[in-house]
Amino acid sequence: MPALSIRQLKKTYDNGFEALKGVDLDVEEGDFFALLGPNGAGKSTLISSLCSLAVKSAGQVKIFGIDIDESFSKAKKQIGVVPQEFNFSQFEKVLDIVVTQAGFYGIPRPLALERAEKYLRKLGLWEKRNERSRLLSGGMKRRLMIARALVHEPKLLILDEPTAGVDIELRRSMWDFLEEINAAGTTIILTTHYLEEAESLCRNIAIIDHGELVQNTSIKDLLAQLNQETFVLDLTRPLDKTPDLGKYRVVACEGANLEIEVMKGDSLNDVFAELEKQQIEVTSMRNKVNRLEELFMRLLNEHDEQAVEGAA
Amino acid sequence: MEPREILIAFNTIVVREIRRFMRIWVQTLIPPVITMALYFVIFGALIGSRIGEMGGYDYMQFVVPGLIMMSVITNSYANVVSSFFSTKFQRNIEELLVSPVPDMVILLGVVIGGVVRGLMVGALVTVLSLFFTELNVANWFVMIAIVFLTALLFSLAGFINAIYAQSFDDISIIPTFVLTPLTYLGGVFYSISLLPEFWQNVSMLNPVLYMVNTFRYGVLGVSDINIVTAFVMIMVFIVIAFAYSLSLLKSGKGLRN
Repeated sequence: MPALSIRQLKKTYDNGFEALKGVDLDVEEGDFFALLGPNGAGKSTLISSLCSLAVKSAGQVKIFGIDIDESFSKAKKQIGVVPQEFNFSQFEKVLDIVVTQAGFYGIPRPLALERAEKYLRKLGLWEKRNERSRLLSGGMKRRLMIARALVHEPKLLILDEPTAGVDIELRRSMWDFLEEINAAGTTIILTTHYLEEAESLCRNIAIIDHGELVQNTSIKDLLAQLNQETFVLDLTRPLDKTPDLGKYRVVACEGANLEIEVMKGDSLNDVFAELEKQQIEVTSMRNKVNRLEELFMRLLNEHDEQAVEGAA
Repeated sequence: MEPREILIAFNTIVVREIRRFMRIWVQTLIPPVITMALYFVIFGALIGSRIGEMGGYDYMQFVVPGLIMMSVITNSYANVVSSFFSTKFQRNIEELLVSPVPDMVILLGVVIGGVVRGLMVGALVTVLSLFFTELNVANWFVMIAIVFLTALLFSLAGFINAIYAQSFDDISIIPTFVLTPLTYLGGVFYSISLLPEFWQNVSMLNPVLYMVNTFRYGVLGVSDINIVTAFVMIMVFIVIAFAYSLSLLKSGKGLRN
């Protein structure tokens, strides 16, 4: 049974804006799933529709087989939501926020306290339990929202850009934590703008743009679609003019940096042989952008072009 | 949700509401007590001694039940409107909306929080009044029932205001332009028998008049209006306000996209 099954989900706001135009999506139980898309694509609207923060205009949503139109209350028990923006009382204490949320799910206070301690400890917030939440740092506030979303131990955890504005060290520790709870059986849906985050954490991916699903596949299959990569080469000395590297297109040549495009299947040894022939010495080499980012941009551009053609 | 879970959720909401106003007790419990102390001194002791009797009682005894009700009305209203609007403003209302708590339980929990504050302030003002006059309660049942129902009605009114409010200015408009005039003209400071017949009839349209007079009947045993009519009217207002509040919550107005 899928953890989440969405059929023809539509959402039109009062001002007539169509945020979702008939989305079909399945997320399998135990998956770590990435939902990507540019700003305003419909990701947050989709998440809001799943947890009743937005009222869907049409379509069917099932959470672990429970239709939200038939038993939203039962379905909500299965979901934990970590929103994009801080949405807890700034005046309450950390422990009170988590225990109160447990109470909203009908969890008795002794058990709520036990779980609050468990998740606050795991997320490194136990020492801050008696602090007013407004005094926490941005990263701590994000972790507090994760602890709050987990206190009723949902089977499906939805995180809307959980690492936005979080420093690298903290981001890594949050990734470890999310991988740990996913390994323990919690299905996770993640929206993010950090594509390396999606690539390193998630197994499957959906890309949404202008309220439509552009791609829904495994990260592995998606990356297999990548037919060219751009590399940045750092050279020992600056070049006077842009070199001709034959079939390897030079995208940019500036000072001691060279950017070249390499098609899928081409050998990097051949690239270096060509550079060697022209006496260009390379000290280091890296991908210009994350591989997923390259694909993401290509898919969105294709989708935009199709939309323009359709309109014409 | 199971009945036991619903009870836990209801209890959680009420405790959260009480914790909120107790946390800021200097803003929520003390000011009404100070204001009423000034009313007792100025209107009761200083000016009241020159007014003489009203409704068969000295002015201080007459005015005390009205002032207690005034504090109950304003505080039950203020608690719900400010608490619920703040949860909207800080977006922590989403904590409740994503949870499985039924709308009816959310409404009851928030409103009972307002009732508790109204009753606490009412109790504090009553204790304060004992320093100025004697209160020989004529009918305990009427007194307690009407103060509870009044707090309930104005908590519901505060909830409706909070749903429609889009800024902090909006939560002060109704108290300033509607609640205060209704309370001051609701027979707190005078018996409507002092008014010309036309204004007596106009006063009968003011729901606060029924609450103040019923409470006064409970304390002193005198009233300008029929007590049964007052109870029926208040109950009707409560049913309408409750049904309307629940429909607003279910529709998600101002809360859900």
